[in-house]
Amino acid sequence: MSESGAAEPEAEAGRRIASEARERVRFEEEALELADQVYRVARRMVGTREEAEELVQDTYARAFRSWRSFTPGTNMRAWLLRILTNLNTDRGRKLQRTPDLQPLEESDYYLANKLAAAEGEQVLDQERVVERLSQGGVVDALAALPHDFRDVVVLVDLGEFSYADAAQILDVPIGTVMSRLHRGRRILKQKLAEESLT
Amino acid sequence: MTAHDPDCEKCEELLQGYLDRDLTHKEVVIAEGHLDRCDYCRRRYRFEEHLRRYIRISASERMPAGLLAKLSELRGPTADGF
Repeated sequence: MSESGAAEPEAEAGRRIASEARERVRFEEEALELADQVYRVARRMVGTREEAEELVQDTYARAFRSWRSFTPGTNMRAWLLRILTNLNTDRGRKLQRTPDLQPLEESDYYLANKLAAAEGEQVLDQERVVERLSQGGVVDALAALPHDFRDVVVLVDLGEFSYADAAQILDVPIGTVMSRLHRGRRILKQKLAEESLT
Repeated sequence: MTAHDPDCEKCEELLQGYLDRDLTHKEVVIAEGHLDRCDYCRRRYRFEEHLRRYIRISASERMPAGLLAKLSELRGPTADGF
């Protein structure tokens, strides 16, 4: 537009670089603030703490490299988890076969009914009944879920992602998220019931 | 204590969606109407709600000390200089 010579484009380029650097720093800081939340989800998607740490580090390395592909104003936590689940699949997990599932047509109330039968119906009024399940048992039961189900349960019930976010993170239709969640929760309850009542 | 009552069956079918806040307005009215009347389902509703919270708390493990520093080291070169 103006003809102020060569100095102008140069100054402009300088400003652009500075503004991009600021944007990048802002991105990195926002991503780092989410690290604990990202780790908590990652931890339950893999077997060990070491694997989770490694996976989160790989995720952040990739995120920092490709920060430009993040659209500001969108859900960064979901964006990071998308990278993480892709990396997790790349790590060879896709080679694992989902084990054959036992026939499972238990109801959603399965665990509640089992506990009510074992402890007496009235005991369900006391919220403490849930705490008869050991915390370690909850972790083991989650770990024992087939991974397709586990990923959805972990994202929705632990990460508190919406169905839509979980669908985007896992790159599956929302109906698949809902059916895996439904079935995953039932399997989880069955495992918790087996563990707490035998 | 009417586990096989069709209304209870309907309530069970709606309950997970109710807890996920994923029901239509009409379904919410059906679920809440039944929960108001039925002691059996109300107990299960409270149980399910509490179970979810318990699972979340039990399975949630804080990031190990030192990980944040390792992640910070992965930042781009423009972030250096302070």
